[in-house]
Amino acid sequence: MMNFDYVRPANVADAIAAASEKGASYLASGTNLLDLMKGGVSRPSRLVDVTRLPGLDRIERLADGSLRIGTLVRNADLAHDAEFARTYPAVAEALLSGASAQLRNAATVGGNLMQRTRCAYFYDAGSACNRRWPGAGCDALQGENRLHAVLGWSEGCIATHPSDFCVPLVALDAIVEIEGKSGRRELPLEALHRLPGETPERETALERGDLIVALRLPAEAKDFAGHARYVKVRERTSYAFAVVSAAAALRIEHGKIREARLGLGGVAAKPWRAREAEQVLAGAAPDAAVYSEAARAALSDAKPSGDNAFKIELAQRILVRALTLAAAGTPDRIPALPGSPFSSVAGA
Amino acid sequence: MTVELSLTRDPAHLRHGSNIGQPMTRTDGVLKVTGKARYAADNHPPGMVYAVIATSCIARGRVKSLDVAAAKRHPGVIDVMTPAHKPELAEDPDAKGNPFAFRMELLQSDAVRYANQAIAVVIAETLEAATEGAALLSPRYQVEIARVGLDAGEAYAPPVVGIGNPAEVRHGDIDAGMAAAAKLTDATYETPAQYHNAMEPHAIVAVWDGDRLFIDTPSQGMGFAQMRVAGLFGIPPANIHINSPFLGGGFGSKGLISGPQVLGIMAAKLIGRPVKLVLRRSQMYGPVGHRPPTRQRIRIGTDDAGTLTVINHEARITTSSFDDFYEPAADASHTLYASPAIRTAHEAVRVDTGTPLFMRAPGEATGSIVLESAIDEAAFARGIDPLEFRLKNYAEVEPTTGKPFSSKALRQCYAKAAERFGWAGRPLLPKQMRDEYGFLVGWGMGTATFPAIMFQGNARAVIRADGRGVMETGAHDMGQGAWTALAQISADSLGLDFDQLTFRSGSSDLPDAGIAGGSGHTATVGAAIHNAGAAVIAKLAELATADQRSPLFGAGNAGVVARSGRLHRRDDDARSESYADILARAGIAELDGTGSGAADAAAQSQYAMHAHGAVFAEVKVDPQLGQIRATRLVGAFAAGRIINPLMVRSQLYGGMIWGLSFALHEEAVMDRRSGRILNANLAEYHVPVNADVPPMDVITVDEHDPHVNPLGIKGVGEIGITGSAGAVANAVFHATGIRVRNFPIKIEEVVMGLAG
Ligand SMILES: Cc1cc2nc3c(=O)[nH]c(=O)nc-3n(C[C@H](O)[C@H](O)[C@H](O)COP(=O)(O)OP(=O)(O)OC[C@H]3O[C@@H](n4cnc5c(N)ncnc54)[C@H](O)[C@@H]3O)c2cc1C
Ligand code: SF4
Repeated sequence: MMNFDYVRPANVADAIAAASEKGASYLASGTNLLDLMKGGVSRPSRLVDVTRLPGLDRIERLADGSLRIGTLVRNADLAHDAEFARTYPAVAEALLSGASAQLRNAATVGGNLMQRTRCAYFYDAGSACNRRWPGAGCDALQGENRLHAVLGWSEGCIATHPSDFCVPLVALDAIVEIEGKSGRRELPLEALHRLPGETPERETALERGDLIVALRLPAEAKDFAGHARYVKVRERTSYAFAVVSAAAALRIEHGKIREARLGLGGVAAKPWRAREAEQVLAGAAPDAAVYSEAARAALSDAKPSGDNAFKIELAQRILVRALTLAAAGTPDRIPALPGSPFSSVAGA
Repeated sequence: MTVELSLTRDPAHLRHGSNIGQPMTRTDGVLKVTGKARYAADNHPPGMVYAVIATSCIARGRVKSLDVAAAKRHPGVIDVMTPAHKPELAEDPDAKGNPFAFRMELLQSDAVRYANQAIAVVIAETLEAATEGAALLSPRYQVEIARVGLDAGEAYAPPVVGIGNPAEVRHGDIDAGMAAAAKLTDATYETPAQYHNAMEPHAIVAVWDGDRLFIDTPSQGMGFAQMRVAGLFGIPPANIHINSPFLGGGFGSKGLISGPQVLGIMAAKLIGRPVKLVLRRSQMYGPVGHRPPTRQRIRIGTDDAGTLTVINHEARITTSSFDDFYEPAADASHTLYASPAIRTAHEAVRVDTGTPLFMRAPGEATGSIVLESAIDEAAFARGIDPLEFRLKNYAEVEPTTGKPFSSKALRQCYAKAAERFGWAGRPLLPKQMRDEYGFLVGWGMGTATFPAIMFQGNARAVIRADGRGVMETGAHDMGQGAWTALAQISADSLGLDFDQLTFRSGSSDLPDAGIAGGSGHTATVGAAIHNAGAAVIAKLAELATADQRSPLFGAGNAGVVARSGRLHRRDDDARSESYADILARAGIAELDGTGSGAADAAAQSQYAMHAHGAVFAEVKVDPQLGQIRATRLVGAFAAGRIINPLMVRSQLYGGMIWGLSFALHEEAVMDRRSGRILNANLAEYHVPVNADVPPMDVITVDEHDPHVNPLGIKGVGEIGITGSAGAVANAVFHATGIRVRNFPIKIEEVVMGLAG
C-alpha cells in the first residue's frame, strides 16, 4: 500500500488545519475509504483520523426541540437509541436496512453522508470515470448500468448516491453542521450532495478542509413520528445496497394528509427529495389514487440512463408502498427485516 | 506387505456401525472456533517475505512496459519478478502433459489472455511494501478488442466435454421423438458466469531447501499438485512436501494447483527466501477457474398422455481463448427422465477469460436448473402436476445406457419430501396462492441427481504395541468434515473405539488420497481406509488364531470379529483377546497394512450409479415490488450409506443454499467491452446471506447399495445444488406466472411482468 501520513488531531481546529492540505482526507471508521484506498481509487497522501476528536459522539436534544447528532455517533448506536428510534422511526429503519451489523457498528454519521457512489466503474481503477479523473469519460454510459440513475443525471455521470440513512434525512429537512477554515456554517442536507452536471468530480458542497461535525433534525421532524416508513428493494434480503428505496413521512390530521415528506434513494447522485409529490399529497385524503398520482409526479422528470427504465416504474411503486405503510401508522418496533417489503410478515 | 482386498467383498471380521453412521461433531471444530486451526496463510517461517501479484486490467493484448525501477525504489521492495527476470522452469506452463494440466500464466510472456492475469510479482519485506510496489509498476498495454460473452465468436463443437465425455450424445430416434410429440416445449435459458469464491483465498507459503520444496497451501488434490510442481521445477515429486490440513472451502478451485500458487514458489526460488503469496479477493476472478456462462436450448416433447417422447438439450458454453475446458451442461439430461429419444449436444465459444474449471457440480448445476425448469414447463403445458409428471416419466433404468441403477430410492425421496412439504393440493395454475399479507406464494420442485464417482486413493493402517491404531491418508478437509468422517471409517475398519485411534491426514507425505472432488472423496478414501484396516486386522487375526496360547486359537480368520481393540471369537463372544496382548506375545512392535480405493470397473460397466433427491421450495413474491424471498426448502436425498448424519446434513444444506443462490443471486458481471469483471468482491458478487436462507428441512432416505463400493457410499457434496436451483425458479413461476429464463432471476424481470 502507498505510504501516507497519518495524523490524529486533538481538536477540531487542528483537524481542519491538517486536512486543508492538498491530498489530505478525513478518516472516520474507514469502511468506505480504506476499501477505496486498497483498490487504488483513492490515494490520499495524508489521513486525518477524526475518530478521537472530543465531543463529537453525542446525541443532544436542543432547547428549540431539534436533535443534534455528533458526526462520530456510530450508525448502530443511533438506530438503537430508543428515543431516537421512536421519534424518527424511518431514519432508524433506514439505518438498520443498510450494510451489515458489523459495518453499522463501525460506520459514522459523517462517513455515511460522505460515502462515495458504488458505481462499479468508479471502483475499477482500470475504467474511465469522470468522477475519478475529470474529462476521462464515463464507462458506465455504455456499460453495465441497470442500477444507475434515472433522475438528475448528466452525460458526464450517471452514478447514484448509495446511502440509505440520507433518504429519510433529506425528507425530514436534516441540516448538516460544518466547520471549516472560515468557521462554522450550516447546510441543508439536500444541498450537501451535488448533481453531476458538467462537473461530476465535485460530489458535495464541502470545500477542502471542511469537516462535518454534526447533523441536526429540526423540531418539526418529530411531528411525523406516527406515520413514517422506509422501504428498500434490494437484490438480497440484507447486506445489499438499494436498487431503489423510499422514505415516506406523513402528518395526518382529521383524516387528511396535512403534510407529506418524501425521499427516494438509488435514483440519483443525491438523496432525492420528491417535492412535487409532496404537493400532490398535501391536503388530500390518504388513498391509493392520490399515492399513485404523487408517485407519478415524483418521477415525471425521470429518464433511463441505460438498461434501467424499470427503476422508474419500481420507484413509483415503492413510493406508493411507503405511503401506504406510513399512512397505516409506524409499527411499535422496527421490523426484524428493516426496510424489507417483507417486514410486515409476522416473525420475518 | 500390501494386502489388496476385493472391493466388493465385505471382510468377515468387519462390523460397520460402531462409529460409522454416528452423528459425531467435528474433531477439528474446537480448533476452528478458537482460531487454532492453522490455514496455509497462517504460517510464518523464519525469514519469510511477501509476494504480491500485479494483475492485468485489460483482457487481451500485451504488456508494453512495466516501471520496475519505480517498484524497486519503493522502500522494502526486494525484487520484481517479470517475464524478463524469473527462475528458469523445467517445463512450459502451456504444455498439455495430461488432460488435467491446464495452462497457467507463469510470466512466460508479455501476452495478456484475460483480466486479472498475473503480469508481474513484487516481493518485499512487508505486505504493504509489496502491494505498493505492484501499484507502482504502472503497466502500459497494447490493447486488443476483448471477446466477451456467448456471442463473442464463431461457435464450434468441442472435442469432449467435462472429463472426456462426448460433446454430443444421441439415444433413440430423435426425429421420431419430435414427430411423436403432441406438445413440444421449446425454451432457451441462460446461466451466468460464477466464481468459486471460497472464503479462504488461494494462498501459499513456499520454502526451498536445496532441491526440496516445502509448501503450505490449500489443496483438494496434493498428489496432482506434487506432479505438476515436480514437472515445472524439474525435481522428483517426492521432494515436494505439501501441507494442507485445512481448506477454507475449495469448491473445485483448489482441485489443481493454480498459476498464482506456482508464482509463489517461483518467487521463493528467485530470491532464496521463504515467500508467502495470498490472492486478493478480486484476484480470484480469473486465474483459479470459474463456472462459464451457458445458453441452453431445450426441447421436450410429450404425447397426449404426458409421456416423454424426446428430450433435446443443446448447450452453448464459453471457454478461454487458450485452453479447453467444456462445462458439460447438457449432460444433465442423460439420467433422470425416461425418454425414448434423448440428445445432448454442446458448442463452445472462445472468450478472453481465464479457463473455466470444475466448480461445485460442474455441468450438473448449470444443466439441472435448465432441465428442471423445462420439465416444469412441459408439465404445465400438459396441465399435469410437476410431481406427477416426473413420476410418470420415472426412469427405471438409466435412459441413455439402459443399465439398471445400482440403487435408486428416488421414489421414496419424492414421497417423503412431498409429504414433509405438504405438496398435495397445490394448484396447477400459477398466481393462485397468497399469504395473509397478500404476498404471492409459489411452490416449485426439482429432482436432484449426481453421479457416484470414485477416484484413486490410498491409506496405511497401523496397530501399535499398546493396542491403539493409526490411520494415515493424505486426504483433504475442505470444511466438509473429512477429519471426522474418515476417522469414523478408520475406527470401524480397525475395530477400535474412536478414542483408540490416531488419524493422520492433510499432508502429501502420507499415502496419496487422490482428489477431493466429484463428491467422491469419502467413497474413495473410505474404501482405501476400509481395505487398509482390513489388511491389518487380517494379519492380527492370523497371528492370534495360529497361536496355541491364544483363546482364539483355531478360530480361523473368518471366525473372529474385531471390536473396541479386541478380537472376539465369532461363535463365542466371551473368548477374546486384546490387540496389545496379541502383539506382545508375538513380540511384534507394530503391524501395518495398506489399502487402496477405486471404482470397480466391472460393477461400473454393469450398473448406473447415481445419488438422487427431490427438492421442494416455497417462495413469496411482493406483488408490486417484485422482491422475492424463499420461505421454505425441503429436500430428501438418497445417497447410499451415511457416514455422519451431521456432516451430511451440512453438505446438503450448503448445496441447497447454493441452488437458491444460483436461482436468485449469483452472477459475475462482466463489462461487455473491456472484459473486466465489475463485481469482483463479496459486497457485490451476491450469495445468500443468513436473512435469505429460509427454514430448511433435509431428509436422508436409507439406501443400501451393494455395488458402488464396499461401504456403499455415494457422496453428498454436490447433489444439493441440483434440483434446488430449479425448484426455486419453478416456485417463482408458480407464484407469479412469469417464467424467467435468465438466471439469476432479476428484480426487473419480475417487476415489469407484475401488474403493479
Ligand atoms: C460491503 C458494504 C455494504 C454496504 N452497504 C450499505 C448499504 O446497504 N446502505 C448504506 O447506506 N451504506 C452501505 N455501506 C456503506 C457504509 O454505510 C459506509 O461505508 C459507512 O457509512 C462509511 O462510514 P465510515 O465512518 O466508515 O466512513 P469512512 O470510510 O471513514 O469515510 C467515508 C468518506 O467520508 C469522509 N468523511 C468521514 N467523516 C467525515 C466528516 N466528519 N466530515 C467530512 N468528511 C468525512 C471520508 O473522508 C471519506 O471520504 C456499505 C459498505 C460496505 C463496505
Ligand atoms: S457513472 Fe459516474 S462514477 Fe460511474 S463511471 Fe461514469 S462518471 Fe464514473
